[in-house]
Amino acid sequence: MHNLNPEDFSCPLPIMEYETIQLAHGSGGRLSAELVSRFFLPRFGNETLNRLEDQAVVDFSQGRLALTTDSFVVDPLFFPGGDIGDLAINGTVNDVCMSGATPLYLAAAFIIEEGLPMVTLHRILLSMEKAAKSAGVQIVTGDTKVVNRGCCDKIFITTTGVGRVPAEANISAANLQAGDTIILSGSIGDHGMAILTSREGLSFASRVQSDTAALNGLVARMLQASPAIHAMRDPTRGGLATTLNEFAAASGAGIVLQEAAIPVRPEVRGACEVLGIDPMYVANEGKLVAVVPGEVAGTVVAAMRSHPLGREAAIIGEVVAENRGMVVMRNALGAQRIVDMPVGEQLPRIC
Amino acid sequence: MKYVDEYRDPALAVRLLAEIRQTVTRPWVVMEICGGHTHAIMKNGLDQLLPAQVELVHGPGCPVCVTPVETIDRAVAIAARPEVIFTSFGDMLRVPGSSSSLFMAKSAGADVRMVYSPLEAVALARQNPEREVVFLAVGFETTAPGNGMALLQAKREGLTNFSLLASHVLVPPAIRALLSSPANRVQGYLAPGHVCTIMGWQEYVPLAEEFKVPIVVTGFELLDILAGLLMVLRQLEAGEHGVENQYGRSVSRDGNPGAQRIMAEVFAVRDRPWRGIGVLPASGLVIREHLAAYDAERKFAVETIRVREPEACQSGSVLQGLIKPDGCPAFGRECTPEHPLGATMVSGEGACAAYYKYHRTSHA
Repeated sequence: MHNLNPEDFSCPLPIMEYETIQLAHGSGGRLSAELVSRFFLPRFGNETLNRLEDQAVVDFSQGRLALTTDSFVVDPLFFPGGDIGDLAINGTVNDVCMSGATPLYLAAAFIIEEGLPMVTLHRILLSMEKAAKSAGVQIVTGDTKVVNRGCCDKIFITTTGVGRVPAEANISAANLQAGDTIILSGSIGDHGMAILTSREGLSFASRVQSDTAALNGLVARMLQASPAIHAMRDPTRGGLATTLNEFAAASGAGIVLQEAAIPVRPEVRGACEVLGIDPMYVANEGKLVAVVPGEVAGTVVAAMRSHPLGREAAIIGEVVAENRGMVVMRNALGAQRIVDMPVGEQLPRIC
Repeated sequence: MKYVDEYRDPALAVRLLAEIRQTVTRPWVVMEICGGHTHAIMKNGLDQLLPAQVELVHGPGCPVCVTPVETIDRAVAIAARPEVIFTSFGDMLRVPGSSSSLFMAKSAGADVRMVYSPLEAVALARQNPEREVVFLAVGFETTAPGNGMALLQAKREGLTNFSLLASHVLVPPAIRALLSSPANRVQGYLAPGHVCTIMGWQEYVPLAEEFKVPIVVTGFELLDILAGLLMVLRQLEAGEHGVENQYGRSVSRDGNPGAQRIMAEVFAVRDRPWRGIGVLPASGLVIREHLAAYDAERKFAVETIRVREPEACQSGSVLQGLIKPDGCPAFGRECTPEHPLGATMVSGEGACAAYYKYHRTSHA
């Protein structure tokens, strides 16, 4: 009995009439109301959400807003290092803060397949609650729909986020300039390989954990160190290679990477070797890549390394005037190769 | 990572490159047979690091690339049947047939699933007794025993809803065909390490003797390829021709007898068409008569297939080492990984895809 989790006591599964989600839970009637009042509000409740209006009305000072939305369809729902709940919070928080913005409010929409066990939904909501608290954001409005069995796979979650952009931030993929330095916040490929190696059919023992995490704290520290960040993104689907290609395409600049400088965990490398996958194309959910002027690179890296999510931050390459619009990687022997956009479907439903 | 990093040591690579430079006194043309070699050569940029006198040409050893269009068309037709769960390795899904690929069939409603092992397909057959599970078995001698084993496993379990759509090919007949061609200019070969792990190196001895070419069985890591190349070049410079084994940690003279037994039990050798090359005698494997119940080709009668190949595609010449991928007028223009005209642009082991992926800068 040593495995008891105190959270299971503090947040017991609310007693409901049904053990699984019924179509009527999405009807807008009594069961819907019960689901909201007994499942959602205890987890996410705050002054704005508790009003249960058709919309959230929030105060906002003058300035610029960052707004983003993302859908989460990950399979399996629970994977080593995370689940669809914290992924749905962290993913949207990260998309907001890659503009330099401070994330403030989230909206969450749930599409639930009839028959989903209440206990599964509860686990997901607990995880969202924890992730939202840890990222310092409030869920202020939401929606729930229930669809017939087979019309979606267990549960899909869409989160929308808004944040306040600081006046001095001007972060865009189009801003790359020759002489800029490329900084990566840590090892690549963890999330994608955690999902892949936990999928059914791959009888494959692995210790790979997803890196899902909210990066707004790390970003705040970076901006404090230098507001001069030119571009920043979290390399999710398509991995680091895709994000860097997006940078190169948007700015028309060339990128040269040093292969040896890109950190990959040994267990991720091992799994990638066995499955024939290049970690450059594997998804991350708690990493960012930033492009900064060469002269502030050292300061930004030092600031990142002082944050728990940036301890392994490293300079991985530079922006050059040659090979415009392309990403090139130099290996330890000095030979170069192109790092292209991926083609086709490497792995569906990773987030 | 243990047992990998040792074979990628940059300092040792620099030393081997220096030895190659010292060894070579005149131009030589060496072919790496296997697409795995091509991929490793391009990924490591070895073509940029070797002396200019050493020309590497890329061989036909990409199973996806040489799978006949007819097989893809047959796969698409079988996959479209409502009772079928069609399984395959990922690479094969995007290979264009005459008018469709397995991916296109999937989006049109066929139940096509990517698996990492034929045994996963056997498990699917066990779990779905009301469905027919078909595995697309392609590859050289390397994958034939594993696929054969899956068939025998299904037979042992009494599964009647599992079958292979087999399209296996053999390496030595392909080397013989290339060496017999009047257009041949290859003087030495890197032979495929994985194929030889199964078959051993002894079956290459008659080829080296008859055609007086050095053949070195070579592994797939950076140092393997450099060491294998150095061995070929030393033989060429000394005017020798024999079979050598660089990949001793995996390959023996006679190979893996257990795997060979399974191959012989399940498959018979037949003449076979290679995509882009033509029919090569005794170069393919078909499922033996007494196992016909596990042969998807016999199980699912598919109406006569009329094959159509794009005219602009010169993958045949690429596979025979007659032209480099960027020598094809369609390369990077009509033909890209998003819109491949031929299989060589699709597979991770295809020479055109490797050129496009790693070395477009110098040609674009």
